[in-house]
Amino acid sequence: MTTAAELFDIALIVALIAPAVGQVLCMIRLVIGPTTGDRILALDTMVINALSLVVVLGIHQGVTVYFEVALLVAMLGFVSTVALARFILRGDIIE
Amino acid sequence: MTLTSVATVAAALSLLIGSIFIVIGSVGLLKFNDPMTRLHAPTKVGTLGIGMLLLASILASIAKGDPSMHELLIMAFLFVTAPVSANFIAKVCIHSRACKTPPSPPRDGTWSTLDTPDGDGTPAPQGR
Repeated sequence: MTTAAELFDIALIVALIAPAVGQVLCMIRLVIGPTTGDRILALDTMVINALSLVVVLGIHQGVTVYFEVALLVAMLGFVSTVALARFILRGDIIE
Repeated sequence: MTLTSVATVAAALSLLIGSIFIVIGSVGLLKFNDPMTRLHAPTKVGTLGIGMLLLASILASIAKGDPSMHELLIMAFLFVTAPVSANFIAKVCIHSRACKTPPSPPRDGTWSTLDTPDGDGTPAPQGR
């Protein structure tokens, strides 16, 4: 019982560190990315990593409100990615 | 082994697998050397990673005593929208000529809805 709880605590710490490392790597790609598609992809991945940070924080604190936050972040990330890609493709978002 | 400890261990394993996949996706985004190749890493691996983290959230709520299945909603939303956004980013890459463009279609005079495929260019008879 105690070993399971200790394993869960260690896994929680690892899962809090891993998306932060991913955010830093995506930020590097966002800065050096040669093309516009790379930058949009880096922003999309950063949204997904932020979503996973919110989910792990919700597991850590045991608060249900983080579920709504995660759903909103997911929807906002999808809409912003599609809007950016569409702006590059068509020069306009809603025509 | 009670249900609580089994769910706790399963949640811990899901957390570890999900964090490994998320780091692999970000490293792949940084290390690959072609825009279309870079598209592979975060869109598939990152989706699997966030799916494992949401599964860990479900398992942790089971271990805590009040099971909640709300996370399946986020999982379904992400699994549906990730290929769509990846397709849009691929179209941006093609549009900005950042990759090898697809070959042009073969030039023949047949129009699929009006002509017979092996005809000599004359339209098919109507009302068949």
